[in-house]
Amino acid sequence: MRDYMKDTDRYGKIWIWTAAVLILMVPVAICVYYDAWPEMTAVFKGLLGVAPIYWTVGLIEVITYTPMLGVGGTYLAFVTGNLTSLKAPSALSAMENAEVKPGSEEGEVVSTIAIATSSIVTTLVLAAGVGVLWLVTPLLDSPVLKPAFDNILPALFGGLGVVYISKNWKLSVAPIVFMVVLFLAVPSLAGSVGVLVPVGVLIALGAARIMYKKGWV
Amino acid sequence: MNFSTNSLFLYVVAACIIVFVLAQSTFFLVRAYRRGKQLGLTAKQLRKTVISTAVFTIAPAISFLVGIVTLSKFLGIPLPWIRMSVIGAITYELPAATSTANALNVSLSEMITDPKVYSAIAWVMTLGIIPSIILPPFLMKPLRNGVIKLQNRDQKWSDLFMTSMFLGMISAFLGMVFADVRSGLVGWIPIFVLLFSAALMGICGILIKKCNMKWLETYAMAISMVGAMVFAVVITPVIGG
Repeated sequence: MRDYMKDTDRYGKIWIWTAAVLILMVPVAICVYYDAWPEMTAVFKGLLGVAPIYWTVGLIEVITYTPMLGVGGTYLAFVTGNLTSLKAPSALSAMENAEVKPGSEEGEVVSTIAIATSSIVTTLVLAAGVGVLWLVTPLLDSPVLKPAFDNILPALFGGLGVVYISKNWKLSVAPIVFMVVLFLAVPSLAGSVGVLVPVGVLIALGAARIMYKKGWV
Repeated sequence: MNFSTNSLFLYVVAACIIVFVLAQSTFFLVRAYRRGKQLGLTAKQLRKTVISTAVFTIAPAISFLVGIVTLSKFLGIPLPWIRMSVIGAITYELPAATSTANALNVSLSEMITDPKVYSAIAWVMTLGIIPSIILPPFLMKPLRNGVIKLQNRDQKWSDLFMTSMFLGMISAFLGMVFADVRSGLVGWIPIFVLLFSAALMGICGILIKKCNMKWLETYAMAISMVGAMVFAVVITPVIGG
C-alpha cells in the first residue's frame, strides 16, 4: 500500500476502534447513571432474536463493500451506517461523475469524500430535525408523504441504475434477470435484500468472467 | 435518579456521539480532499463531488428522521437519534427493540418507563450491530491486498471486477421492486417509481449531453430521486395504495 493508503488505514483503525468503545459506552453510561443494569438473560434473549442475522449480514457487508468503498470510505461508512441505502450509492455516483475508477487511489479519494460528505449532511439533517421534531413529526407521519418514504429505494436505484447499466449493459443482464426472477418467485425475500447483495455480486462476477474470457466485454 | 427517555443526560450522551461522527467525517473529508488535489483532481471536480453528494443526501436523510419519529414513540428521542446517526437503520433498530421487548414481556405501544427495559434495549441494539464496526480493521488488509493483486495481475479484468460488484449490488435492489407485483396494481407502484426515476435521469443525461447543461451533472441524482418520490406521492392515491 502507498503512504496515503497506509496512513488512511492506520487512522481508520484508530477512529473505528474509538467508535467501537464510544458506542459500547452508551449502554454502559445508561446503566451506570440510572443504576439500571438489565438482566443478562433478557439481553441474551433479545439478542437471540436479531444477532444471528445481523452478525451474518455484518460479515457479508464488510466483505462485499470494502473493495467497493476503499479504505477511508469503509472505515467511515461502517461507523456512520445506512450503507446500502445511502453510503454505497453516494460513493458509486460520485466516482461515476468524477470519472475515476473504483479501486484506484483517485477512486479511493472520491469515494471517501462522498461518504464523508454524506455522513456530515445526514448527521446535520438529523440534528436539525431532532431540534424541531415537534414541528416536523406531523409532516413525517402524514399518510400523504408515506409513499415517498416507502419508495425511497426504487427512487434512488432507478436513477443510479440507468447511469451504470447504460454504460455496462452487457455486464448487467445476468444479475438483473436473476434478481428479477428470484424476487418474482420468492417475494418474501424483499425483507432480506441486504443478504442478497453478495449473491447479485457473485452472479455479476461469474457472468463477467465468462464474457471476459470469451472476449465479449 | 428519576428516569426519563428524554432526559438531559441522554441528550448529552447523544451530543457526544454526534460530535464524534462529525469529527471523524470531517477528518477523512479534509485528508481525502487534500490528497485529491495532490493526485491532480481539480478543485472544481472535488467541489462538485461534495455539492452533488450533499444535495443527493438530503432526501434520504429526511427519511431517516422518520425512523427517529417511529422509535421515539417508545424510546424517546436521544437513543433513536444516536442509533440513526451511528451504523443505524430503522430496519435494524426496530426489530432489535421489538425482540428485547418480547423477551421482557413489555409492550412498545407506549413510552418505556422502566430504566432496566430501556437499558436492555440499548444493549441489544448496540451488541446487534457491533460486528459491523469491529470486523473492518481485521478484514481490511486481506481484502485490500486482494484488490491490489487483482489490479497488478490484469488491469482490464480488475476494472470489470469492480464494475460487476457495483452492478451486483444495484441488481439486488432493482430485482427487489418486483417482489410485490402479485398483489395487483398496487404492487407495481415501486416499479413505476423506479422507471420514473430512470426516465428523469435519462432526461437529465440528454440535457447534459445534447444541450450542454453541464451544471446539471451535480444535481441529476437528486432530481431523479426526489422527482420519483414526488411521483410516488401522486400515483399512490390514484392507484389506490
